[in-house]
Amino acid sequence: MFPLDQLAIGQKAIIESIETDFLPLKLIEMGCLPGNEISLLHLAPFRDPLYLKIDEAHLAIRKDVARYIMVKPLMDD
Amino acid sequence: MIKNINVALIGNPNTGKTSVFNALTGLNQKVGNYPGITVEKKQGSCRLDRITKARILDLPGTYSLNASSMDESVVVELLLNKNDPDFPDVAVVVTDVENLKRNLLLFTQIKDLEIPTVLVINMSDQMQRKGIKIDIEKLEEKLITSVVLVSTRQNSGVEKLKQILIDYRSISTLPILDPTTIDQDYFENLGKAFPNQSLYKLWLVITQDVNFTKLERQKVPDSTQFKTQSQSYLKKLQQRETIKRYQSINQILKETYRVNREEATDLRSKLDNLLIHKFWGYVIFFMILLIIFQAIFDWSSVPMDFIDSSFARMSEWIKTQMPAGILTDLIAEGVVSGLGGIVIFIPQIAFLFLFISILEETGYMSRVVFLMDRGLRKFGLSGKSVVPLISGTACAIPAVMATRNIENWKERLITILVVPFTTCSARLPVYMILISLVIPNDRLLGINYQGLTLMGLYLIGFLMAIVSASILNRLLKSPNKSYFVVEMPNYKLPLLKNVAITVWEKTRSFVVEAGKIILAISILLWFMASFGPGEKFSNAEQIITQQYSNEALNDLELENKIASFKLENSYIGILGKTIEPIILPLGYDWKIGIALISSFAAREVFVGTLATIYSVERDAEETIKTRMAGETRSDGSRLFNLPTGISLMLFYAFAMQCMSTLAIVKKETNSWKWPGIQLFSMTIIAYLSALMAYQILK
Ligand SMILES: Nc1nc2c(ncn2[C@@H]2O[C@H](COP(=O)(O)OP(=O)(O)OP(=O)(O)O)[C@@H](O)[C@H]2O)c(=O)[nH]1
Ligand SMILES: [Mg+2]
Repeated sequence: MFPLDQLAIGQKAIIESIETDFLPLKLIEMGCLPGNEISLLHLAPFRDPLYLKIDEAHLAIRKDVARYIMVKPLMDD
Repeated sequence: MIKNINVALIGNPNTGKTSVFNALTGLNQKVGNYPGITVEKKQGSCRLDRITKARILDLPGTYSLNASSMDESVVVELLLNKNDPDFPDVAVVVTDVENLKRNLLLFTQIKDLEIPTVLVINMSDQMQRKGIKIDIEKLEEKLITSVVLVSTRQNSGVEKLKQILIDYRSISTLPILDPTTIDQDYFENLGKAFPNQSLYKLWLVITQDVNFTKLERQKVPDSTQFKTQSQSYLKKLQQRETIKRYQSINQILKETYRVNREEATDLRSKLDNLLIHKFWGYVIFFMILLIIFQAIFDWSSVPMDFIDSSFARMSEWIKTQMPAGILTDLIAEGVVSGLGGIVIFIPQIAFLFLFISILEETGYMSRVVFLMDRGLRKFGLSGKSVVPLISGTACAIPAVMATRNIENWKERLITILVVPFTTCSARLPVYMILISLVIPNDRLLGINYQGLTLMGLYLIGFLMAIVSASILNRLLKSPNKSYFVVEMPNYKLPLLKNVAITVWEKTRSFVVEAGKIILAISILLWFMASFGPGEKFSNAEQIITQQYSNEALNDLELENKIASFKLENSYIGILGKTIEPIILPLGYDWKIGIALISSFAAREVFVGTLATIYSVERDAEETIKTRMAGETRSDGSRLFNLPTGISLMLFYAFAMQCMSTLAIVKKETNSWKWPGIQLFSMTIIAYLSALMAYQILK
């Protein structure tokens, strides 16, 4: 388990936990909840912002927020 | 008797609210692909049957009732205010069949406000292709409301929606979530303190300030004791609420919604690989910018010249057709030239929005936001500031309005404050005439000095915007943390009709918004220039005729002399003389002072005012130029020399000379504080840099 901003591009993961004090509510409302699948599609230069697919939503968030999402990578199959 | 009902269309961004609105009302309106396109509420009406008429309100897209941007707060403010004339009798929540889960979050929130709420599942034409199956009856039962499958593309389901709206009273207003499951103690106490009220509604009023503060709202009778809980505790409750809602939505969808997933995201990933590439992504964006600027400056010059000469001719024509007198003068010189000053910008604005709306429709704009965010953040701006900054090169008014979807108040405010530094098209005529006067039309290594100067002025405007943004970034305290979340929509081919409507809407609103002020100011200016106190003004003809009685002047020359003399003694002339001591160090005389004062309303008035001062025909640019070139100071040197020219250009580059922008900034920030600060500090910057330029160069 590690913070989302350390995920590799193309890697899929499951959201393990979120630090609710620092995460914007909107992100949670868009499906960023423990148990949902998440994958990192692209990164802008300096690895910021991150372009993600969470559940069914495609969205971009900043690195300072991504740190508060802990993920567990899924094994490739 | 006709019965009127209020219907509000609510939903996540990009779910097709505006399309449903169009289908219901037949009134066309903006349709776009960039989340948050509908920035203002739009109304239309629709006859449901013989006796029922619906007033339909199209609201901006919102992800939830916990507003985090201005767009979103519009929706909450309306739904919390029963006294609002637009308060809906029935709410229609428009959802996208492919994103039903996320869309239902908002639906359950609105349902819990105990307003009759209909669920529209739009884009049903996509169901087959995506392998989606929905058990509508069961969904209706679980959500305790009526559900309609709609496709605005195929125009299906709209009639059924109308039938449901007619019969809206039969829709249950039972809430879905029991708030006491979020936190039993908290909500039971709340319920005891305010019996007979919707718990969720109370809760929403209490928490609105947590996310976002704007606009006055209905007071909750003494809610203070419920706010004493720490903000972070309230936020925790909000999160718990969201999680609870998702739990029940997941449960409901499990029983009603089936999807056969074969990912068809091929186009997205291919285009993304190119368009947000770490190198090519920026190259492509830069090329697109070049094309946009090319269009604004090159392609639009043809229609602009045409408009310019048409209005000059119209003014002449009126003078010849109407009986000579004060009314004719007012119409010909005040109204027509004022109108001309607005219409002239239509080509540039239309071109700009043609491009912007195509980029938004295709989904490309969100990629630009993604590419630029990191770079702009260093200066206190956001990736979402890109659209306002580009728009600003045509006009600051639509640019300021385009900041509405920036969630972070500080980033939004900084964007609004610095956007007027970007070189808008109103500065162009001023730059043009000054450049042609003081910069030699020579080339160095094939580069034209005049072109280079113009480019320099654009750069300097942009640099000033960036520099002041980073200064503001240091000075301003941020009330809340960054909420940067951008949805990356699917790529779509732009619909020509949508693009056309956008261009029409934006251009129209510019003409109306800016037009009102520019027109009023030009009429005011005309009055100030046409009247004056005292003998000198009223006896101008006598005085001048006597003064030049020995010289053989023809009628026209004499007329021009009289006009000049009148202007000098008119109210505005006196004003110009009064400020002369202040502007003398910048290298200006009282005549330029008049032009400065008049262009505080709108910059482009500069050239027209000088034309009047030098009493030449307004449209004969060569003549104005020749006259300006021949203008001398008391010591006999040229007035428009390099130092004065540069000083003027800098002044116009930095000064806040646009009433319309100030008015819109007031509207968008909801106080006179910010436009006041803007006016004050930009004028100081303009004055100091003009002063420095003149004193160094002279
Ligand atoms: N396939 C399909 N596309 C649709 C349908 N209705 C709307 N669209 C498309 O969905 C996109 C968004 O439509 P809008 O009507 O602008 O959505 P909106 O909810 O008003 O968007 P915002 O105002 O930005 O919140 C446009 O590209 C439409 O062409 C539909 O029934 N089927
Ligand atoms: Mg809309």
